Amino acid sequence: MSGLTTTAPAIELTGATKRFRTPSGTLHTAVRDLDLTVAPGEFVAVVGPTGCGKSTTLTLVSGLEEPTEGEVKVHGEHVEGINSQVGFVFQQDAVFPWRTVLSNVMAGPRFRGVPVAEARERARDWLSRVGLAAFEDRYPHQLSGGMRKRVALAQTFVNDPKILLMDEPFSALDVQTRALMSDQLLELWAGTGSSVVFVTHDLDEAIALADRVVVMTAGPATVKQIFTVDLPRPRTVEAVRLEPRFVELYREIWASLGEEVRITRERGAGNAA
Amino acid sequence: MPLETPVAAPAAAPVVTRTAARERAARNRKFTVYGARAGVLVAFLGLWELSARSGVIDPFNFSQPSRIWAQIWQWITHGTAQGSLGEQIGYTLYEALTGWVIGVTCGVLLGIALGRIRFLADVFGPYIKVLNAIPRIVLAPIFLIWFGLGPASKVASAVVLVFFPVFFNAFQGAREVDRNLIANARILGADNRKLTLQVVIPAATTWIFTSLHVSFGFALIGAIVGEYIGATKGLGLLVAAAQGTFNAAGVYAAMTILAVVALFTEGLLTFAEKRLFRWKPADSGDGR
Repeated sequence: MSGLTTTAPAIELTGATKRFRTPSGTLHTAVRDLDLTVAPGEFVAVVGPTGCGKSTTLTLVSGLEEPTEGEVKVHGEHVEGINSQVGFVFQQDAVFPWRTVLSNVMAGPRFRGVPVAEARERARDWLSRVGLAAFEDRYPHQLSGGMRKRVALAQTFVNDPKILLMDEPFSALDVQTRALMSDQLLELWAGTGSSVVFVTHDLDEAIALADRVVVMTAGPATVKQIFTVDLPRPRTVEAVRLEPRFVELYREIWASLGEEVRITRERGAGNAA
Repeated sequence: MPLETPVAAPAAAPVVTRTAARERAARNRKFTVYGARAGVLVAFLGLWELSARSGVIDPFNFSQPSRIWAQIWQWITHGTAQGSLGEQIGYTLYEALTGWVIGVTCGVLLGIALGRIRFLADVFGPYIKVLNAIPRIVLAPIFLIWFGLGPASKVASAVVLVFFPVFFNAFQGAREVDRNLIANARILGADNRKLTLQVVIPAATTWIFTSLHVSFGFALIGAIVGEYIGATKGLGLLVAAAQGTFNAAGVYAAMTILAVVALFTEGLLTFAEKRLFRWKPADSGDGR
């Protein structure tokens, strides 16, 4: 890891608030007074009820959106515009449908001015790491959902991000594929030393992957409680799920999360009535 | 007995026959469709010819297929009053194509620019709406005054007809690019220029191509109407000249030639589109 990152935390949000104007003209507060610090090399999972503003937190860190109030720092520096050290894996498909798999993975380095030959070499390397070396000439529509997600991972990792933001990346996949992808993610991440913020609504996934699990309140989101996951690494998702400590943690965190989920649900029922 | 040998392969037979039967059924269906199409054409032309010959409709006004064909054949073999038939087709195609290329280029460039730059869209939006509201075909006489009898006035009317549909589609296409794709490209490191060239334009090509099909027809209309109003050469002039001499067969013959030309260029466009959109999943529908 380079010298400048050792002292400052990788990500630091202080009192971050984000309000949006809704199409009907009213102000909607997505995130309220959020404090969160992520250390270099740390894997943090963020869980919370649906629609509470978890994703907004990520867009603030990435620089896609600016906070209405408060501060967002990455490696001790204010986030202004998009930070080149950040990688983002989206919930929906965001690979370019008109590019082949190889060309998709080359996109990042090419956008950043890396020469074609070098970009191709790096892209091929990452494609083989996600097991898609044989598919480099295919177009995204010819791949399965899981394969497209792997293209998205390679596309993100090829840029060597120091900070990896993931917005429910595996939520559209079936259960088996999801477990497989989680293991693959841990493997890929292990070598990089980057910090990860992984947003999910799946508590199983959160505990299996993360060093710390952040529970968000019902929207507008703010940090409710943070749990440290003291399960040893390297982990495999299917194995770690069976450990007694996992179940204990699950029970503990669910006690906190479940309450927020209930609040959200009651609100939803109130709106529907 | 040498004739009995095919009996030797009974095991593979059921599979083969089923596939073969399915293929045959598909082929038969194709033949039926093509046969029915030809039948409709023959029936239509036959009925027309018959009614004209028997005096049910007046061949002076409505002409008849045999005369139209004779007229086309005469143009092919002896040329028209303005020169050879090929020259007339060439002129019209040249005007339509030039107008189309200019109109498409301007439409795509302006559409993408206004789609990407909010300020430009806000400033020019109302003016473009006003211009679009003008029935543009009435501009043809004005262009004739401005640019004279030569090809320039026809190119101009083709341009104004082509520009608007292409512009609106390119504009819409640039506006409706998936936000995730844009966000992803920005995170991956694309600056504004690369975002426009490598994300917005490819994403908008589907929209733009839809308008290209329609707009080539418009370009032909522009060229023909321009020629019809006043020209020295071209298919439109052929129509005007035939009409001037009460030659109904000539009008229909020119129309037939136009239809063939339009179908041919449409086919070329479809071919180009198929090459360009290899990345898209194949249409689930039959498409015909």
